[in-house]
Amino acid sequence: MAALLPPLRVCRGILKELRAMQGATYKLSPAYNYVMEQFRKNKVTGEMYCRAQQEAHHDSNTYLCLLASNRTHLALHKLYHGKGDRSREEVAGLVGLRLPTQPGGKGWEK
Amino acid sequence: MFRSIVRLQSQFGNILSPNKVCPRSPHFRFALKYSTAITERKRFYQDVSISQGEGGLYEINLDRKKLKTPGGKLFTVPNEVLAIAVATEWDAQRDTLKFYTMHLTTLCNTALDNPTQRNKEQMINAALKFLETDTVCYRVDEPHGLVELQKNEWDPVLHWIENRYNVTIGSSSSILGPEIPEATKDTFRQHLNSYNFWSLTGLEFVITQLKSVVLSMGMIDRHLSVEQAVLLSRLEEEYQIQHWGNVEWAHDYDMYELRARTAAGALFVHLSSEGSTVKRKLLQDRQG
Repeated sequence: MAALLPPLRVCRGILKELRAMQGATYKLSPAYNYVMEQFRKNKVTGEMYCRAQQEAHHDSNTYLCLLASNRTHLALHKLYHGKGDRSREEVAGLVGLRLPTQPGGKGWEK
Repeated sequence: MFRSIVRLQSQFGNILSPNKVCPRSPHFRFALKYSTAITERKRFYQDVSISQGEGGLYEINLDRKKLKTPGGKLFTVPNEVLAIAVATEWDAQRDTLKFYTMHLTTLCNTALDNPTQRNKEQMINAALKFLETDTVCYRVDEPHGLVELQKNEWDPVLHWIENRYNVTIGSSSSILGPEIPEATKDTFRQHLNSYNFWSLTGLEFVITQLKSVVLSMGMIDRHLSVEQAVLLSRLEEEYQIQHWGNVEWAHDYDMYELRARTAAGALFVHLSSEGSTVKRKLLQDRQG
C-alpha cells in the first residue's frame, strides 16, 4: 500500500498551500470550503472499511503533492530559469561601454 | 511561424507528429494560441468564480467573462470538484499567468479541444505502446548496486500489477526488452476501454510523464503514491545522484516538475471518472 501522510497532516498541508497561493483571504475561497467539507465528511464515516474514504485519502495526498511540487518548482524556475538574451544596454555595460542616449554625440557631427 | 510550431511540439511531446501540423491545416490555429503556454501574460481579471451552465456542466468565470479554451470553445468541466481545482489554479496566478504551472487547466483544454483529433482507440494504442518499452521492464547488467536497486524497487510493483490484472509482463536486461504477450495487451486494452475520454487523456499524460504503464497503473489504482511513482520512474537518476551529488537546478527542478505533472494527471483521471460516485455519495448523505 502506498505510504501516505495521515489525513490531518494532509489537510493542514493543503490549507497551508492554499494560504500561500491566495493570501489571507483563502478562507473565503471555494477550495477551502470544499477541502474542509470533505475532510469533515470523511472523518465521521462509521464504516470500518470504507473505500471512498481511502480514495479520498489518496486523492488528498495527490492534491497536496501537486500544490507543494508546483510551488517548489516555480521557486526553482524563478531562481534558475534563463531570462533570455541580455538587452543591448546591458551587454554594452558588461564591457564598460554606454550606448549613446541621444543623437548629437560622436558620429553625428556634420 | 516555425517557432510556434516547434513550441507546440515541445509542449505535446511526441503525440503530435510533424506531418500533422502544416501551416495551412486547421491545427495551426491552435498552434498560435497554444504557444501562450510558454510565454506569460498579464493577469487581466480580479475574481474567479464557478457557475453551473447548460447540461449541468461547470464553467469558470473570470470577472464577468466566461473562460474559453485555446480552441475557442466554452471551457466546461463535468463536475464541481474539477471546476474548483481549475478555479484555484487561475486564482493562484499573481501578476502574470504562468500557464506552465496550470496543469489541470491544460489537461481540461486538451480534453475539450482534442488538438490532435484522436479517438479513444488511438489513445489507447498510444498508451499501450509504452508497455513495450516500459521503464520498469528494462534492467541493467552493471553496476551491481543499480542492478540490486532495480530488482528490489521495481520487482514488487511489477509483481503487484501482474497479480492485479492477472497478466505476465516480465523484465529483461537485453536491449530488445521482454516479450510482452498479446494477451497482456488485450487485458490492458479492455481495461483502458472502460475509462472515459477525459480520464484517458489524463492517463496518457501520466504514462508519458512516468514513461511507464506499470507505474502509472499502480498509481491510478492507488497502490503507489505520486512521490513513490516519481521516485521509481527516476530510479537510475537517483542512483547516480547518490554517487555524484545532487544539482538543484537540474535534478530538483526536474523532479518537482515531474511530481507536479504526475499528480495533476492522476488527480485529473480520478476527478473526471468520478462524476457518478460523487452524486451517489451526496444522495446517501441526504437520506442518512
